[in-house]
Amino acid sequence: MDLAFAIVAGLIVAATPLVFAALGELVVEKSGVLNLGVEGMMIIGAIAGFAAKLAFDSYVLGFAAAMMAGAAMAGLFGVLVLFFLSNQVATGLALTLFGLGVSALVGQGYSGKTAGAFPRLDGVGLPGLDVICLIAIGLAFGVAWWLGKTRSGLILRAVGENHDAAHAIGYPVRLVRFLALLFGGAMAGAGGAYLSLVQTPFWAEKMTAGRGWIALALVVFAAWMPLRVLAGALLFGGITILQLHSQAFGLKIDAQLLSMLPYLATIAVLVAISREGAGRRRVQPQSLGKPFYAAT
Amino acid sequence: MSKPFVSLELRREPSQLMLFAAPVIALVLTLVAGLVLFELIGKPPFRAMYLIFVEPLTTYRGLAELLLKSTPLILIGIGLSFGFRAGIWNIGAEGQFIVGALCGGAVALAFHPGGGWWLLPLMMLAGAAGGMAWASIPALLRTRFRTNEILVSLMLVYVADLLLRWAVTGPLKDPQSFNFPESKLFQKAAQMPLLLPQSRAHIGFLVALLVAAVAFVLMSRHMAGYQLRVLGEAPRAARFAGFSEKRIVWLSFLTSGGLAGLAGLFEAAGPVGQLVPALPSGYGFAAIIVAFLGRLRPFGIVLAGLLLGLTAIGGESAQVSLSLPSATTAVFQGMLLFFVLAADVLVNYRVKFARGGPGARSATGS
Repeated sequence: MDLAFAIVAGLIVAATPLVFAALGELVVEKSGVLNLGVEGMMIIGAIAGFAAKLAFDSYVLGFAAAMMAGAAMAGLFGVLVLFFLSNQVATGLALTLFGLGVSALVGQGYSGKTAGAFPRLDGVGLPGLDVICLIAIGLAFGVAWWLGKTRSGLILRAVGENHDAAHAIGYPVRLVRFLALLFGGAMAGAGGAYLSLVQTPFWAEKMTAGRGWIALALVVFAAWMPLRVLAGALLFGGITILQLHSQAFGLKIDAQLLSMLPYLATIAVLVAISREGAGRRRVQPQSLGKPFYAAT
Repeated sequence: MSKPFVSLELRREPSQLMLFAAPVIALVLTLVAGLVLFELIGKPPFRAMYLIFVEPLTTYRGLAELLLKSTPLILIGIGLSFGFRAGIWNIGAEGQFIVGALCGGAVALAFHPGGGWWLLPLMMLAGAAGGMAWASIPALLRTRFRTNEILVSLMLVYVADLLLRWAVTGPLKDPQSFNFPESKLFQKAAQMPLLLPQSRAHIGFLVALLVAAVAFVLMSRHMAGYQLRVLGEAPRAARFAGFSEKRIVWLSFLTSGGLAGLAGLFEAAGPVGQLVPALPSGYGFAAIIVAFLGRLRPFGIVLAGLLLGLTAIGGESAQVSLSLPSATTAVFQGMLLFFVLAADVLVNYRVKFARGGPGARSATGS
């Protein structure tokens, strides 16, 4: 029983950074913008959170710094894409390359240091879990409620489905998208900080190891539905656990081949989803990735 | 809603002047931002700029290294530009580079320590084929199942990296290397002939120039290039004209994968001389910057490849003499791509200043 709980807890911990980053990107994509810079924003969040935690010895300030840093990166992306009308795919890639570079530059002095053990919820009957995991799960329900049940959520979806119509009605398309991007950046930053402050907890260059890209795939997998993001992230958490504990299961596979699992699983999931049929294209926000130019 | 102070007006057709001026503007802005960056991290800004952009050009070694570093950037950049023009995003060139090096290197090791004049061409074929095979995975999934090629090609970079690590700790490991994950050093017949004596510059640079020339002819004179451009600029028109999207996806991926694989083999058989986990050094990603900076045009890409090669070498020498962190070059290149993308707006839009002046400025601008 305890072992089963430990496995579930490990699964949730491994899923948490993905939940944050994917929920942020989901809101961004629902507003009609494709930000491929999640990996860059996550790694910046990881180093900013780590540095702030060491400087102020406060997890709250650590996460706050990570979210602000992620949002700042997203703001940069927003200015380029929304006001300079740059190509979204290329700009997102640039954000990732830039984020990896800046984090390595800032993070030089932090290699090998540790952020200390994050307090777990062992005392309240949830061994192995922590308060951030619970926030991530709550966030999925919160985003689902907000997008589906509130007026502002409806406006965001309207902007994402048809920006010309939304603009004609008088909704501030670019403002809505910019705010969505800031939210997405903050969430990616929080996901990165969870990695460097709670999960590992130390700083290493390129420590996000593709999680930002997996988060992007999760959004597609979840068909832009927040609660399915949660399910998808747990699935990936499971794969990570499988990879870590394979020796215990008696599997004799080379470590390198085993490490390929999350990436191969992502591809498999993407293929399975796209096979599901043409219905998929109705699920995707109709203005996703298209540049918005208002002549007025 | 108040009238914004600055607004954009769609040009009736792209500005030819800006087509050439925009990358130059971007470069100038990057230089200015670089000066600020170096000032911020407490290094002498003008000295750093001199070390990065001028010093490598003043020595024989620097020039030879420039040809060496720009070779993979040009090769991969040209390959990527095909797909990018058609709106097909292969961002996994780094993975195709690795698999190319792995396949070509495996051929060298299979004949170790023998081989004749035929070995290197065979390795080049294997390298290009390896890159093509790796690129055909996202191409197949995209054409068969409409799976997103961006995410698939990128995931395969991580897989390729692990594949290389696995190969040099397992089947291709040098038995005499103790515990180091590395292959045997390639034999003489499996090494790239040098272009300049007493240097590391090899004949791969000439291949890159040849590829650029061929790409120019294809792009401007051949039906395939025309179809690529139409698909990227007017997808509906391309469908009405009956151009097969599948064919274009395959063409883009096989070209970019093959060239990335060839570049990987050049790296393994050139400066590195064996298979090691550290072989991939980000050329596949830097080439994306090269492709955009070169405006997705072959000769532009040659110039952009040389420029990025220059910042890479200059960055290295600045690391040594100013004890700059190695990540500085990456930051610099990221900034360059941002500015290139932002400056692109000038090609299709005219910047208009509102008559109301700054008083009429609105915060959101929409």
